[in-house]
Order: sequence, then C-alpha cells, then structure tokens
Amino acid sequence: MPQIPSSVVPNFSDQPAPKSIQLSVALDGAGWHPAAWREPGARPADLFTSAYWADLAFEAERGLLDFITIEDSLGLQSEHFGTGADHRTDQVRGRLDAALLASALGPITSSIGLIPTVTTTHTEPFHVSKTIASLDYASNGRAGWRVQVSSRRHESEHFGRRDIPEIDRKWARTEHGRRVIGELFDEAADAIEVVRRLWDSWESDAEIRDAETGRFIDRDKLHYIEFEGDHFSVKGPSITPRPPQGQPVVTALAHAPIPYQLAARGADLVFITPQTIDDIPHLVAQVRDAERLVNRTGTPLLIHADLLVLLNETQRGATERLARLNASDGTDLRSDAAIVATTPQQLADQLVEWSAAGLDGFRLRPAVLPDDLRAITRGVVPALQRAGLFRAGYEQDTLRQRLGLPEAVNRYAAIA
Amino acid sequence: MSTRKQIILGAHFPGVNNTTVWQDPDSGSQIEFKSFKHMAESAERGKFDFLFLAEGLRLREQRGKIHDLDVVGRPDTFAVLAALSSVTSNLGLIGTINATFNEPYEVARQFATLDHLSAGRAAWNVVTSSDAFTGANFRRGGYLDRELRYERARELVQTARELWDSWAPNAIAADKQTGRFLNEENAGAFAHTGDQFEIRGRFNVPRPPQGHPVILQAGDSAQGREFAAQTADAIFTRHGTLDEGIAFSRDVKARAVRNGRSADDLKVLPGVGFILGDTDADAEEINREVRLQQVSPQTAILLLEQVWNRDLSSYDADGPLPKVDPDVESISIIQGRARIVDGVLETAQRYRALAEAKNLSIRELIVEVTSRGLFVGSARTIADKLDEFVLAGASDGFILVPHIVPHGMDRFVDEVVPLLQERGALRAEYDSGSTLRENLGLTPATPATVWAERAGDLEAAAS
Ligand SMILES: Cc1cc2nc3c(=O)[nH]c(=O)nc-3n(C[C@@H](O)[C@H](O)[C@H](O)COP(=O)(O)O)c2cc1C
Repeated sequence: MPQIPSSVVPNFSDQPAPKSIQLSVALDGAGWHPAAWREPGARPADLFTSAYWADLAFEAERGLLDFITIEDSLGLQSEHFGTGADHRTDQVRGRLDAALLASALGPITSSIGLIPTVTTTHTEPFHVSKTIASLDYASNGRAGWRVQVSSRRHESEHFGRRDIPEIDRKWARTEHGRRVIGELFDEAADAIEVVRRLWDSWESDAEIRDAETGRFIDRDKLHYIEFEGDHFSVKGPSITPRPPQGQPVVTALAHAPIPYQLAARGADLVFITPQTIDDIPHLVAQVRDAERLVNRTGTPLLIHADLLVLLNETQRGATERLARLNASDGTDLRSDAAIVATTPQQLADQLVEWSAAGLDGFRLRPAVLPDDLRAITRGVVPALQRAGLFRAGYEQDTLRQRLGLPEAVNRYAAIA
Repeated sequence: MSTRKQIILGAHFPGVNNTTVWQDPDSGSQIEFKSFKHMAESAERGKFDFLFLAEGLRLREQRGKIHDLDVVGRPDTFAVLAALSSVTSNLGLIGTINATFNEPYEVARQFATLDHLSAGRAAWNVVTSSDAFTGANFRRGGYLDRELRYERARELVQTARELWDSWAPNAIAADKQTGRFLNEENAGAFAHTGDQFEIRGRFNVPRPPQGHPVILQAGDSAQGREFAAQTADAIFTRHGTLDEGIAFSRDVKARAVRNGRSADDLKVLPGVGFILGDTDADAEEINREVRLQQVSPQTAILLLEQVWNRDLSSYDADGPLPKVDPDVESISIIQGRARIVDGVLETAQRYRALAEAKNLSIRELIVEVTSRGLFVGSARTIADKLDEFVLAGASDGFILVPHIVPHGMDRFVDEVVPLLQERGALRAEYDSGSTLRENLGLTPATPATVWAERAGDLEAAAS
C-alpha cells in the first residue's frame, strides 16, 4: 500500500466536505511540448487516424476526467503568433478538424465530456450551432464548445473575405489595435449569442407526431431567432432540434480583460492561466469584475486553471525529462500557462491547494501524449481520490450535470 | 468472382419530405444518433457502397409558415458522418454540402478530416440549391443567381482539390531518429486566384487517404449536368424509369466525354424508393397504404400548391383540381425547396388531362404523379428490376430511399441483397482496406492541375 501523505488525508469530521475538484485534459497533437512527438511512446505517424484519438479519449475516460478539449485553428501551427506559418520541419504540423474529431469520439466513449475548439471569426454560427448540437446527440449529452477568436492575419487570408491586420503585442496596445481586437471579440460574443439562440429555437417537445391532425411538429414551438448585430444577422430557427443538454457547455480560454468579458457574456466556464498560487485571487477577481461589467445574470462562470504538466515518479526525473525534451527541440519550452514538471502526487497536492485558493477545477495540458495523460489518469487522479476530492465513478449523465450547471431553461419557452 | 457489371448501392437516410412515413408505429427518431447508426450498420451488413445524407439549411415554409406535416429537423451532416466513421469500417460516407454557404478552406478541411477519420470513405455531394431565403441564416447572407451559383460551385470544388493536393502523399516523415516530422518545408502551401475566391496560405490537413474525397453532384438543369460532367465522379438523379434513365445516362456520359473524360468516370445514381412485399401483389397493397400515408389530404393540397403557387387551402383534397390556372407571376409560396419554374402551365395541363382521363381527385392525382422512381414487388422482382436498369445502361447503381427510419433498409438487406449477390451483381465481401473510390470503380484522384487544364482547354476550344 502506498503511504498517503498527511496533507491530503480525507477529513471525516463534521466540517463540510471540501468541494471536489473538476479535472480535464487539453489534447493537442503529440502533446504540448514541441518535441513530444519524438518520445519513445509517441505515435507521430498516427496523429491523423481516429484510432490514436480514440485511445487518448479512452484513457481520459478511464481516469474519470470531466472532459477533454481538442485544440484547433484554421491555420497551420507555427512558432510565430501573427506572421503566419513557419517553415519548420521538426515539429508537428497539420491537424484534423476538432469538431469532427470530437464527433467521431461521441459514439465510442460513454461518459467523458467532449469539447472541441471552433472559431467564431470565420465559421458560420449557424454551422457551429448544429455541429455542436449534433455532437450532443452523438454523445448523449456530453458536448461542449471551446470558443476561439481567430485574430491571425494568415487565417483571414485562407478565407479572403476580410482583412485582419497583423497583430503583435505592441500594436495590440495602440488605439487602432484595441479597436480591431474589441471588434473581433464583440463579433465572437454575437456568434455565441446566435449559437445559443439557435439551440433554444426548438422547444424540447416541438416534435408531436400527431396522427390526428397530420402534424409532425407543433410549429408554434419553433422560433425565429431574428438576430441582428453589427457584424451579421441570422434568422433561424435551427434545422437541428434542441440538443439533449438544451445548452451544451460553452467554454473559453482567457488571459485579459476583453477575453474575460467575452467569457462573462457567453460562456459557462473560463480557463485562466495563473503562474503561481498568488495570482489566483487577483485573476478570479478580474473574472468576477468582468461578470459585473457585462451584467452577467444567472450562474457565475466556472473557473478552471490551465497547467502544462510534465510528470515523473521523481521530481528529479521530471526536471530531467523537461531538460531532455527542451534539448531535443533546441529551445526551452514556453507557454501561456504555468509549466509544472513534478510528480503526480505533488501535482495532486498543488491542485488541492490551488483549488482552495478559489478555483473550480483544472485543465491539464499533457506535455507528452500518451505518457503524461497516463500519469494524470493513473497517478494524479488516484491521489485526488485518496484525498476525497475526486469521484470514484461517473455519476451524472450529462456534462452540464457533472459540472454542476443548472438545467438549461429555454428562453423562448420561458416567455410563452 | 464474376466479371459482370456490379451494381453500386447507396442507402439514403431519408431527409425532410413527405416520403418518410412518420405515422407508422415502426417509425423511430430521425435525429437520434442510434437511428443513423442502425441504418449505417444495415447498409454495411448488405455490403452497400455508401450511406447518403441530404441537406437543407433552412426549414421549409409554405404560405409563410414552417411546414409542419412532414418530418422536420436533422442533425449536422459532418458531425453525423464523423460519428458514423467510428462505428462502421467499410461504408462510404456521403455528405450533401451546399456550395454557396461554405468556404473552400473550411469545407476542404472538413472533408479531408472525414476522409482521414474513415480511412478513405468520404464523399461530397455538391449542391447549389440556395437563395436569399436560405441566406438569411448566414453571415455571408446572400443570394447568388443561378449562373453564379454553379460558377461558385465549380471554383469551390476546384479550390478544394488544390488544397487537398497541397500536401504531397509522403509529406509526413514522422522520423523520431532524424527529428524530421515533415519531408517538405512548404507542406500545404497554396495560392488560388479566381473570380470567386482569392486565397493563399498553408492548408492544415495532410493529404486525404483517397487523395480527393469522391465528388457527387445533384441537380438537373443543363448547367447542373455540365457541372457534373466537368467536375463530379458521380451524379445523383431522380430518373426512375428505364427510358428516362437511359436517355439521361447517355446525355451526361456524352458530356463527360466531351469534357475529356471517359464515360465510366461519371457514375449515374438515381435515387429510388422501394416497397418490398412477400409477393408482387402484397407489395402493391403495401404501396397503396404507404402512398396514402405519404400523401395525406393536407399534404396533397400542399403539393398541389407547389405547382399552382396559390393558396389552395379551401379546396377539398377528395375533390377535383382547381379550375384556376397556376400563378407564374408572383414569387414562390414555397421556400426552402427548389421549384420548377419552367413548364408550370404545362405541368398543370398534364395534371388536368390525367385527372380527367382517370377520374382522379386531387389526392389521387398527387399520389399518382409523385410516385416516380419507385420499385415495387417481391424481393426477386426488385432484384430483377435493379439489375435490368444497370445492364441496360440506365444507371450504374442506386441510391435507395426507404420510407421508414431507421429500420427501412433492413428487409432489403435481408432479402434483396442475397439475390443480387447470388447473380454476381453485388460484392459478397468488401475488399480489405478498400476506399470508397475503389469500391465505386473510380480511377485514382486526378490532380487539380489536370482538372484545371481541362477546363482551360474547353474555354480555349469554345472561344
Ligand atoms: C436527386 C436530387 C437530390 C437533391 N438533393 C438535394 C439536397 O439534399 N439538398 C439540396 O440543397 N439540394 C438538393 N438537390 C437540388 C440541387 O442539387 C440543385 O442544386 C438544384 O436543383 C439547383 O440546380 P439545378 O437547377 O441544376 O437543378 C437535389 C437534386 C436532385 C436532382
């Protein structure tokens, strides 16, 4: 029997049980370290097969994780942000469409939430709405959407419909830069609003199959959404009936006030990127400020922290692994999220501590797949279970229920 | 293995129309994934070539109200096909995707992804049926007139092919030893300049297993046929009689040849319904019942309104046809469905003559005139008819449209398929590892540059 460290011994006293930790993984290519694909266990030749992704999803489900997210973008991966694809041949390049990938995982998994990334800038919200709704059908209520703004010029050149200037840090702080970015995020907020209205555009009991009158649907339970915004208008209703969850779970990654406001306007869950535990109260306060600023009503945002993790049985082994991967790539790993190279037990301790500082959960970005995913499901999860902070089995059916989100009330039915 | 001509078979998951009999106690959900899974599994059990999904991007309206008599509502084509890719292993997955409300980078990426996920089983049925009515659901809004719709479709497919070609088949090295992931620095590089699209950059999905997913076209105008002859691997039609089928096949295959291709490069696949009975007489009896369910009195009036373009709600479906002529002037009262504008008066005339000759009520007439492309009979009769079509050159196979979801294909698979296999008209097993392109007997993907050259030659020849 492994020794249970005292820091995480469950507390059986009368005090309220500590809130359990929500936990997910972000899947991307061979993992978040650019040299991950060269590790012995990596399967770089399989990245574009469904078997590869199925194995990852099965492993995540084995670990009882709340959900997986799948990264995506409408451009080729690059080490530069704004200036388009690089010409590197030594890192993973190319990726499958995340929404389709998640759909392929729907019928073969049974409990885990599936959250693909889909951009709001070029993709039609009408398409997004029915795609995520259909994922919700194919997974029996386990779908979500990670909203992503596409602010990269080279992606706009793949569409040729609009000109997005090259965005770099300095320019982003100019007045013009702020305006352009603000518009992209306003458009994203409109896109989320459209998608959500379309999900509500059929009342759940609209299909009546009334042989008496010959009517298949009650057309009074279908609603035109009549959305008119600054960037586009959409009529509705959806062609797809209301999905099983009513409203699939909307998430967004955010690092700054404008993105926090976007999350506060339209999302259920926000991923933030504290570097240390001391950042947490401040970042949480910023999220709550954003909620007030946009007059968010209803359930407050769930707040999850992103951590890029690299695990080993010993601390020293973890540090050495990171050094080896960095050497293999030629540069030190950098990330918007904190990089944690440690043991599964120490990571579990850190999650317990950080969550007590004001977080609902974590999205872990495994540095290497499948190695670090396995370390999470077979090391970190059991440690959290021992601490009484993680479930022993899947209990709720839908992703919304599992995340503790209230039942989604249909805005149109409510008016009637 | 016999060398006789094989019949191509596809299962059409019935969409939103009055063919789907939802009143039947055996009728299930047209939305839940298990329905799609069931039909796909049946089709795969029957060694079909593919499952086919239609598409519509706005709910139909008649007289300004959402159609409520037929099945309404369907999931997203890509999501369903991707989900099916992981519960099937040989079945082709054909998605109808509109050419007007999609952008080449995105749609090429979705089909390339589907082709990867299914290991070479993806196909795109390119349709152009779109107008301002459907456009109201889209950011790009917009209506493209008929001429431009096919121009855009042609360039959309050409551009998608350029994107699929932008990665060499061996672009990915994934060599851990040397540290080389890509064999080429510019994998995915493309630049396209045309009347419809001006785009450049790097495509981000490696070359699909089929090279190019299979392309189908559905549309019947001269322009539609020409588009198919120039661009498609197969054409989805509605020609359900032997003579019409032969004439249609001759026409489109001759067009393919004029476009520098071989007649066999373009497969002709009519969509047909079928009613299977224990005997021919039994099937006829079932058919009568099904037809009355498909054409309720309310539906009969609505279908007549689609020709007359008038509010006929005060007419009795069991009574005679309206004396008044169709309205050809005002805009269509039905929206979300292609309307035959040419020959409306002729059609009305034909309906009147038929009703008079056979003494038919409105409902009886509609039952009669809307039963095109329907095979009725015992399993043996149906097998004979299908084979007769293919051997006579009226088609290369069929897209079968059952009238019940999701079990409508089961009996066909159990009873007709073995008869077709017996006579060597349908495979007994899939070839291992075969792609849809291979199953259909198509040649390997032709490079986008060759398609473009052909189009260029044609323009040069025409000028
Ligand atoms: C057999 C057949 C099936 C069709 N299925 C669809 C469909 O599922 N979705 C759609 O939008 N249009 C569909 N159409 C219509 C169009 O493909 C076509 O673009 C439209 O008829 C306009 O082109 P046309 O004038 O050449 O016929 C279908 C047409 C045919 C002949």
